Amino acid sequence: MSWLDEPASETQIPHRSRLWLYVLAALVLTFLVVPTLIVVPMSFSGSQYLEFPPRQWSLRWYESYFASSSWMQATVTSFKAGALTSLVATPLGTMAAYGIFLSRSRWTVLLYVILITPIIVPVILVGIAVFYAYVRLSLVNTLIGIVLAHSMLAIPIVMLIVTSALKSFDMNQELVARSLGANRLKAFLLVTLPQIRFAVITSAILAFLTSFDEVIVAMFVSGGDNSTLTRNMFTALRDQIDPTIASISTIMIVVSSLLLAVSQLFARSRKD
Amino acid sequence: MAVSSSDVLIGQGRPNAAGLRRDQLFERWTLLALTAPALLLVLITMIIPVGWLFWLSFLADDGSLSLEHYRRMIEQPSYGRTFLITFEVSLLTTAICIMLGYPLAYVLSQLPRRIANLCMIAVLLPFWTSLLVRTYAWLVLLQRQGLINAWGINLGLWDEPLALVHNLNGTLIGMVHIMLPFLILPVYGNMRALDRDLLKAAANLGASPTRAFWLVFFPLTLPGLLAGTLIVFILCLGFYVTPAVLGGGKVIMVSNRIANDIELFFNWGAASALGVVLLILTLLFIALAARLVRLDRMLGGGPG
Repeated sequence: MSWLDEPASETQIPHRSRLWLYVLAALVLTFLVVPTLIVVPMSFSGSQYLEFPPRQWSLRWYESYFASSSWMQATVTSFKAGALTSLVATPLGTMAAYGIFLSRSRWTVLLYVILITPIIVPVILVGIAVFYAYVRLSLVNTLIGIVLAHSMLAIPIVMLIVTSALKSFDMNQELVARSLGANRLKAFLLVTLPQIRFAVITSAILAFLTSFDEVIVAMFVSGGDNSTLTRNMFTALRDQIDPTIASISTIMIVVSSLLLAVSQLFARSRKD
Repeated sequence: MAVSSSDVLIGQGRPNAAGLRRDQLFERWTLLALTAPALLLVLITMIIPVGWLFWLSFLADDGSLSLEHYRRMIEQPSYGRTFLITFEVSLLTTAICIMLGYPLAYVLSQLPRRIANLCMIAVLLPFWTSLLVRTYAWLVLLQRQGLINAWGINLGLWDEPLALVHNLNGTLIGMVHIMLPFLILPVYGNMRALDRDLLKAAANLGASPTRAFWLVFFPLTLPGLLAGTLIVFILCLGFYVTPAVLGGGKVIMVSNRIANDIELFFNWGAASALGVVLLILTLLFIALAARLVRLDRMLGGGPG
């Protein structure tokens, strides 16, 4: 008699009869996690062929990354583009979410649908459309061009997050502030914003990551001195497997994990 | 410009009524004006250019209005193959995601909250790492001298290196990995929310575990499963990066064909026509999804 014969769920099935289910679940979880994590130790491998576990540890792929001026330039471009996208998309998306949430006009549904299209339209179509427009606006291969396109992609995400925060916010507080003499802007900045600040910070982080991880639009509209990291990685992947990419991947995993951990910390402190 | 309640109380005459109306109008326009910068950006970088491509797809090479690009799409069998492989890959990915994701969500939904949340991090971790990084990881693992082949041969499971990448296999593995969380999340949410007393009742009334699962539990999880299935399928239709890297030029989905038309042939008309068809297909499936499930609830809600 062991735990294997105890009922596992409300249907009274014993654990023994569904061991296969646990094995399958464990395998799927492994499938989800391992590929991402295995890149990290492999990036410290000393050999030309990425091994796991590495027979000898070395930093040679990190050295080749930091020594390459084109990878360095692309990294700087990606960080700049991400930061600027966050700076553009967060206020624009928050303003739009606030305006649409509060106005009772019959146009709001239409506005909402238009602003959310960037996550509905297939990215490849967005990519060639932006490219087509940028050729005419001479924005191809410019940082401004990348930032504008990535901000457009990030606005729906910011809007979704801020709107759901506004839904759980009691708007009467703003009415009280305004009846006490604050104007709309002041009421928003002093009363509403501090209470939805976690949603705004989360959306700023996600806007950064949207830009930082984006491949397809960047493939079309970034290039030359303003190539993004992902664009260069993508071209390198199509040609041959350069082990340097393992070290870059590790750095990208660290960047997104750190940012998400920060946003999780904010989410936790909100609950307390 | 705030409208305070004292104004309303005092204002009995017409001048005040006009003032109130003016204030209301101003208020409405201020709120709508807040959306203007975002709207302008989306219009300039996306809506207008897409409309432009739409127009372009109806122009023949000499600039006259025609359905040439669409006619070619029907006449040339290579286009048919592209659409066929797009549907094939999307359907297979969705089916595998259901077979792997549903059981995992089922197990997670019965674990204590604390442990389940910990496992959910594992589900969400790939969700938040760059798609390109994950595609690269699979490339390294699946290639001829890659880890999977090395281990398989060492353990005596197979003798020759298997062709796991640069073909349909690799594409499917990569896409399932990326799409699984999109299936697991709605299904898991659905399973957590349903009333487990119904299963106790079924067991009480003499249903075997299998019967109780299929007659009571499974039907109740269909809304979540349907939502996840549709989300995965719709997202698969537009995939580009994974088939491009892991398909090795053998898996050409609609998106890859569009990119080729632009990068290799500079054929904007053909690329636009394909883009229009892809967009219409996507919208059709979203419309279908919206009829079948409350999609807005899945996406975190619409306006108001």
